[in-house]
Amino acid sequence: MSSKDRILGRIRRALRDDAPEVAIPRDYLPVHGTRTPAERVDLLAAHLTEYRAVVHRTDEEALPALLTRLLDARGAQSVLVPPGLPPRWLPSGGPTRVPDRAASTPYELDRVDSVVTGCALAVAETGTIVLDGGPGQGRRRITLIPDHHICVIRVPDQVVDSVPQALPLLDPARPLTWISGPSATSDIELDRVEGVHGPRTLEVVLVGTQ
Amino acid sequence: MTGTYLGMPAFPDFPAFPAAAREAVRDEVLRANLRHATHTIRDKRAGAVAELADWDRLRAAGKAVKDHTLRHLDRYLLQLEEAVTAAGGTVHWAADADEANRIVTELVRATGEREVVKVKSMATQEIGLNEALEAAGIAAYETDLAELIVQLGHDRPSHILVPAIHRNRAEIRDVFRTEMAHWGRPAPEPLGDDPRELAEAARLHLREKFLRAKVAVSGANFMVAETGTMVVLESEGNGRMCLTLPETLISVVGIEKVVPTFRDLEIFLQTLPRSSTAERMNPYTTMWTGLGPSRGAEGDGPTAFHLVLLDNGRTDTLADEIGRQALRCIRCSACLNVCPVYERAGGHAYGSVYPGPIGAILSPQLRGTGSTIDASLPYASTLCGACYEVCPVAIDIPEVLLHLRERVAQGGPATRSGVRVTLRPADGHTAERAAMRAARLLLDRPGALRAGERLLARARRLAPRRLPGAGRAWTDSRELPTVAAQSFRDWWDRERSDPR
Repeated sequence: MSSKDRILGRIRRALRDDAPEVAIPRDYLPVHGTRTPAERVDLLAAHLTEYRAVVHRTDEEALPALLTRLLDARGAQSVLVPPGLPPRWLPSGGPTRVPDRAASTPYELDRVDSVVTGCALAVAETGTIVLDGGPGQGRRRITLIPDHHICVIRVPDQVVDSVPQALPLLDPARPLTWISGPSATSDIELDRVEGVHGPRTLEVVLVGTQ
Repeated sequence: MTGTYLGMPAFPDFPAFPAAAREAVRDEVLRANLRHATHTIRDKRAGAVAELADWDRLRAAGKAVKDHTLRHLDRYLLQLEEAVTAAGGTVHWAADADEANRIVTELVRATGEREVVKVKSMATQEIGLNEALEAAGIAAYETDLAELIVQLGHDRPSHILVPAIHRNRAEIRDVFRTEMAHWGRPAPEPLGDDPRELAEAARLHLREKFLRAKVAVSGANFMVAETGTMVVLESEGNGRMCLTLPETLISVVGIEKVVPTFRDLEIFLQTLPRSSTAERMNPYTTMWTGLGPSRGAEGDGPTAFHLVLLDNGRTDTLADEIGRQALRCIRCSACLNVCPVYERAGGHAYGSVYPGPIGAILSPQLRGTGSTIDASLPYASTLCGACYEVCPVAIDIPEVLLHLRERVAQGGPATRSGVRVTLRPADGHTAERAAMRAARLLLDRPGALRAGERLLARARRLAPRRLPGAGRAWTDSRELPTVAAQSFRDWWDRERSDPR
């Protein structure tokens, strides 16, 4: 008998007591509180900041200048650029653009200073950004290895209130990365330290569409 | 390994909980480390939970999802297997630890590699995977900071979430200084004991391993039957490194970790982070489905994915109508942080990778109650109920503890490796049973009871502080009640016969 058959057989025998069918109550809240779009964005910014992400606000017009300034401030010599990132976001003349290529090794990515991406959506109540590898986001590893990640969120369009609102908008077949603040550990006397393995600095740019 | 090995390192000849706990309670550094850590996190957790007005409803929903899944576990596992396979993954079934270790070892060997990087995983600790790989000449590197501290320190984990909770910063610095060089990049010199500095040393040490790793081993917090999606929650990014960079990913996951639908994650993604790290959300969550739509061809993630579904006592636990609720556990560790016994005794005293209240009900079910430590674990509790209060899936831990105490003391039906057996009372509990029989004898004979009570009252000055012989264990940790000057019956008779 295969282990699969053995395990399934054990499960079926274990459940012979005819435990009652369990209905799943879904009366928990789809969202905690009511907010205007502006309040939703404010809450996202507050929660991101609380978990030590650096939040900036701008509009479409001023975005390229802001990104240039942020990369300059880090002294970034090179920046990873995922396919589908709007070309005008990063004007020429800045740090060397490194395209996200399947063939690049982790060692090559380790030598890049910064990465700029968009995102799939953001969750205000938890201060979370979700990446799904869509246009402008690239492979999972490009937002993992460089020490500096700038993530651009279009507000309020890309912001939802809650986790229950976020899941139906995501495709589970895609690789999903949920990011709430930069890498952190509390393993030493429960003192929170930011930046263990992922980017030590997460900067979030909220871009108004109005 | 002996013939009675049930697939979980039972720490051979591990003493009963009271003996191990007595040692731990004497260690003042340990107690200080534990008190600081558990109090910090329990206060923070209460705040994070209070933010959600629907906490009780989320808790009830989480409980119901888990119970529903367990009720149809066969169906959901088959659905999961189909979905993972359709997405380019390979599913393996492991009935016990030996089989799981064999499967993983073979998979690693097939890659030709001699080392793996590991994401913190309770399941792989439970089966002793690192030791099995080492025996096969494969080095397994733990990459979670706390697990690294434990591994470098030749230590054992003492907490589900923060395995090195029993170590303070000075101890960690010493471990890094003396041990890192044996495993790879040495600790920078000089090395202080600031957590920031220690985390940086770990980053440098581990990055070397992440960048060259070809094989990773992980567990999973959840597996979605409907879509085949695997979910890992973490904080540091070591999980993302392991799940993303290597060519081969092997996940060893307990069969109880399956949930029916992608939507069900909306419950646990709200309750797990708040219960465990007291955060609204943990810094990183990774979800992947087989090899993804690109089947790994575009280089986003591993090009081979293996899922090892682990039983190892879980179906035996499922067979117990009261005990099976332990399978709802999502390993948040909230019960450890509120437990007065854990706070004083520490995790090592539980003699298992699952310490604290959940360990006290999980280990004796997964391993059986045959060993000294497992027979003593259901007693490692004051039954205060705090663990039940904080549990995000409402496991009634005190109820299961009492149920297991009964099994240990009385014996009775249980399932071991899928076979119904009748257990005998555990060794050392015969005195308890003799006392109970004597009590029944006496309580059935009111005359004898009355005579005995009178005799006892007269001899009350002679009553010892501690019981001799078999009763000594009882009075080791309890005050013997003082004997009343007269029995209740005598008092009652006198009150009634003396009308005012």
